[in-house]
Amino acid sequence: MSEAFLSIRDLKVHFPTTDGIVKATDGLSYDLEKGKTLGIVGESGSGKSVSSSAIMGLYRGTNAQVSGQIILEGSDLLTLTDSEMRDMRGKDVSMIFQDPLSAMHPYYTVGNQIAEAYKVHNDVSKKAARSRAIEMLDRVGIPQPDRRVDDYPHQFSGGMRQRAMIAMGLINDPKLLIADEPTTALDVTVQAQILDLLQDLQRDFEAAVIIITHDLGVVAEMADDVLVMYAGRAVEYGSNKEIFTQPQMPYTWGLLSSIPDVTGDTDVPLIPIPGNPPSLLNPPKGCAFHPRCPHRDKVPDGRCATELPELLAQGSVPTHLSRCHLTDPDRVYEQEVLPMIAPDRVGES
Amino acid sequence: MFAYAVRRLGIGAVLLLSLTLVTYFLFFAVPSDPAKQACGKNCNEEQIEQTRVALGYDKPWIAQWGDFMTGLVKGRDFPADEELRANNPNIVTHCAAPCMGFSFVNQQTVNEILSGAFPISASIAVVALVFWVTGGVLFGILAAMTKGSFLDRGLVGLTLIAYAFPSFFIGKFLITYVSIKWGWVEYPAYLSIEEGGVSGWLSSLFLPALTLALLFLAGYVRITRSYVLESLSEDYIRTAKAKGLSQRTMIFKHALRAALTPLVTMIGLDFAGLLGGAIITENVFAYNGLGVVALQSFTSDDLPTMVGLVILIGSFVILANIIVDILYAVIDPRVRLG
Repeated sequence: MSEAFLSIRDLKVHFPTTDGIVKATDGLSYDLEKGKTLGIVGESGSGKSVSSSAIMGLYRGTNAQVSGQIILEGSDLLTLTDSEMRDMRGKDVSMIFQDPLSAMHPYYTVGNQIAEAYKVHNDVSKKAARSRAIEMLDRVGIPQPDRRVDDYPHQFSGGMRQRAMIAMGLINDPKLLIADEPTTALDVTVQAQILDLLQDLQRDFEAAVIIITHDLGVVAEMADDVLVMYAGRAVEYGSNKEIFTQPQMPYTWGLLSSIPDVTGDTDVPLIPIPGNPPSLLNPPKGCAFHPRCPHRDKVPDGRCATELPELLAQGSVPTHLSRCHLTDPDRVYEQEVLPMIAPDRVGES
Repeated sequence: MFAYAVRRLGIGAVLLLSLTLVTYFLFFAVPSDPAKQACGKNCNEEQIEQTRVALGYDKPWIAQWGDFMTGLVKGRDFPADEELRANNPNIVTHCAAPCMGFSFVNQQTVNEILSGAFPISASIAVVALVFWVTGGVLFGILAAMTKGSFLDRGLVGLTLIAYAFPSFFIGKFLITYVSIKWGWVEYPAYLSIEEGGVSGWLSSLFLPALTLALLFLAGYVRITRSYVLESLSEDYIRTAKAKGLSQRTMIFKHALRAALTPLVTMIGLDFAGLLGGAIITENVFAYNGLGVVALQSFTSDDLPTMVGLVILIGSFVILANIIVDILYAVIDPRVRLG
């Protein structure tokens, strides 16, 4: 595990507020290999964005308490000085954000903002940075990049703005790209284009990618590995195939049953997860998901409400981890969950 | 943008004319007797009536406004009474277009009065502007960067205290201590650039400009602080941070740029107002700028001077508004003028 490109160990991001400490991320660990894509899924407030912003060091200089280890190629980012971290941001690790309209400064041209990202890490002339920006705009598929480089963000369409953000994120050839809900604010057709572009570029730039989303469709298409987060913790982690064919955690089942399967039977109803995401200020005792979990009665002695399950391999695959007290999650899934969400796939595996 | 400016200037001119009309109307709507004032304390009823006819105050106010407009366009001769002018050619004063009138109280054309006083007020205003904008923006940024700290509270609090003191107090305080008791600067007396050179001119403006600047500082510190803080929480600042930009670039290039629009608005209006004279400060320092002229013209019912001031100050405010609106489009590319 130690040779992993990115290793997160027991990452905690706590925000002190007047009402108490908000534990936005509470003991998160995962690994990511070079050139691979990790999809992090979860509801709003599950800590998926917060944990990734912590990798970027975006909470430095705020009152957030970040602890644990973020080891990128052997060095712990949390031990770097502010200026070392600043040199790393945008160069070795870069991030693209959800809403490209608000993520770009409205008063500066797109080209200026992209060139700025290049110039801050490379000692080059303004002109060289500008031509590099044009090159990148061309690379992300902006037509007539030498003209559009002088446009302002509001003159771009939503999809073009996100392309420009991607150009900005990749201009310094980062080793790790974090995409925080990169397609959420876009039309469905544009979403597909942006995802294709990201995949293309990942191949060319050989970067590791963390894609944060609440859209399981995006994860299914993009991710090699999937991390499911709930209430600031990882509740399930495994390869794309395992998560989508043999999910073990009732929350993951809930996510899967609440999305439509376009290839499946249209008569299958969507089953939303009952209840609301828990308060991070005062999370439920035991398993944070237990108040919403339809399977909690299968665990004896009400342990779900008292004891936090460990993140462990439950089945035959040692890298497929889940956090649940159920003793035979695979059987429950096959017999109770699958018939409800995809009756046509029952018995396939 | 050019067509826009021309159209705005046209509207501004109409607005100015309406302003003079309102001034004439209001002047005659209140019970005052400009003829008595012009004639002096020892005049009897008959002399006052003669003065009234001589100065044209016997005509209806709208006719007087008409005469004023004639003067503005063609120039005119004073005193207003034609017969008096014909009989006494030696007392006739010609006032060329654009003539803003003749002040009988001062025995000078309004144009002369204003052009004598304007450089003083403008000098004070310019230097004060430099003081309070530099101070206000820098302190505001400093307060925003150290939000919640002792420095932040100190800066906001101190400027608020300075604002709370009336400017005649601050002016008197600065003259008494900084100049007389401590002797840090010479006793303030206005020197034009011709008289004292640039350095003499600047040092003669130091205390009055400081007095004015202290009055405006608090507002600028607060507005800079709050707009910088607001824009620091914007998504594009997070993007800037994620690019690896330094705190300084983030604040001065990205956050301050967004605070420019409200700042430019405030600067434009405050400065335009000040060009028309700072009544209290000029009187405290006895600098004969437009503020002193304004106070005198009011206490002596000097209608022509008042109207002249209205035109001058009104045109500054109108111009400042046009310039501010044009600057909006320069600052924010999303703003289209039309």
